[in-house]
Amino acid sequence: MKAWMAGIVAAAAAAIALAAEHTVVQKDLAFSQKTLKVKAGDLIRFTNDDPVPHNVISVSASNPFDLGVFRKGESKSVTLSKPGPVDVECSIHPGMKMRIDVE
Amino acid sequence: MSPRQVAIVAALCASPAVAAENVVDTHGDTLVLEAGHASLRKWLLPDVVPSPEDNKLTPQRAALGKMLFFDPRLSGTGQSTCASCHLPERGWSDSFPKSIRFMGDVMTRASPSLVNLGYNSIFQWDGRSPTLEHQAVNGAGPSGSMNAAGKAKPTDGIANIQKIPAYGELFARAYPGEGVTPTSIGKALASFERTVVSRDSPFDQWLHGKKDALTPQQVQGFRVFVDPAKGNCSACHSAPNFTDNGFHNLGLKSGADKDADVGRFRQRPVALMKGAFKTPQLRDVAQSAPYFHDGSAATLEEVVDHYAKGGDVKTNLSPLMNPLSLSSEEKQALVAFLRGLSTAHPIFEYPVLPK
Repeated sequence: MKAWMAGIVAAAAAAIALAAEHTVVQKDLAFSQKTLKVKAGDLIRFTNDDPVPHNVISVSASNPFDLGVFRKGESKSVTLSKPGPVDVECSIHPGMKMRIDVE
Repeated sequence: MSPRQVAIVAALCASPAVAAENVVDTHGDTLVLEAGHASLRKWLLPDVVPSPEDNKLTPQRAALGKMLFFDPRLSGTGQSTCASCHLPERGWSDSFPKSIRFMGDVMTRASPSLVNLGYNSIFQWDGRSPTLEHQAVNGAGPSGSMNAAGKAKPTDGIANIQKIPAYGELFARAYPGEGVTPTSIGKALASFERTVVSRDSPFDQWLHGKKDALTPQQVQGFRVFVDPAKGNCSACHSAPNFTDNGFHNLGLKSGADKDADVGRFRQRPVALMKGAFKTPQLRDVAQSAPYFHDGSAATLEEVVDHYAKGGDVKTNLSPLMNPLSLSSEEKQALVAFLRGLSTAHPIFEYPVLPK
């Protein structure tokens, strides 16, 4: 393997190793964390542990997303790429709020 | 009767009463359907309506808000009040499918009841008001529902109130140092709205232990209400105030209209919120017909029939809207239960307004 190819492979491996995974549980109409610090590129997995369906959206223009509906036991994930605070809520139950700080 | 027969009868008489029925509700809690049972406590409303730190409820504030609520001078035209669309005799709604303003304009939505709003955490059909104070003063502003109707020239009802010396004195006592401002007017109105409470219905009395407060049919209706395999109503109309403070598209026929009301979508532009509206609380619901945000159901029976068929328009339908397996008897029991949510209020006393 040429040196430059080896360099690319090493960089990719490092990026994969650095990307962490975070889990947020939705239970009793609340997120398990009120705040969460992540690095850009980390995977954030939301799991619904309530008997009613939930939905997770960003209400911050810098990192918009809508994970759609998910029912009890289902999970959906999102990766945030832009640094900054991201306000997250369940659009069905807007009393469910949390903030993700992307570094 | 032989001694043996006497012994059997005595044993039967001495045996415990038939055990109360249980039901596992939508949220996984086992409820014992027995008056006063501890498992039902989550349905009891707190005795004190919560109020924010900067607007703690006092009798003075509520009395001031009551005057403002019924004072037409708060509207720019002097021709409407909060009570134009929220009448105490009509379940704090107005009986119209969609409210009619003083100039004859028909508004876009039904007047929501104000009962037990103080227990909620988000306000208006589309949730655009984060506090009761915001909701309360929203209609009184120059572009609010009390003003600016049709061809009427928008004027400032707040300024009308500021010109009345007696109100100045009342505000000085209720809100020292705050003056007569849109903010303090909103606080006073919200304080009054926090006194519009229903928590002594037959259902509430049953929760407190009064065995005959609900009929057996109404208890069956409560079972249907909470049973996820039946009505599943409590998935959204949840304890204790019969609301999840959430937003759901119920598949109403009006959702297929060319200019359909998008509801919560204006605040949260995601597909699930298109045509979604706030879950209303249900105490005193029998007094506030017609129902739904578009006033399309004239009776509680029509409401139940709508849910039983799983809605009409399926676009962006709430995932909780599914056809229900309800017998005619169960539907009747459900309506009977809903009628058991009404408190017997004393005759409402209107305020004397300052000159």
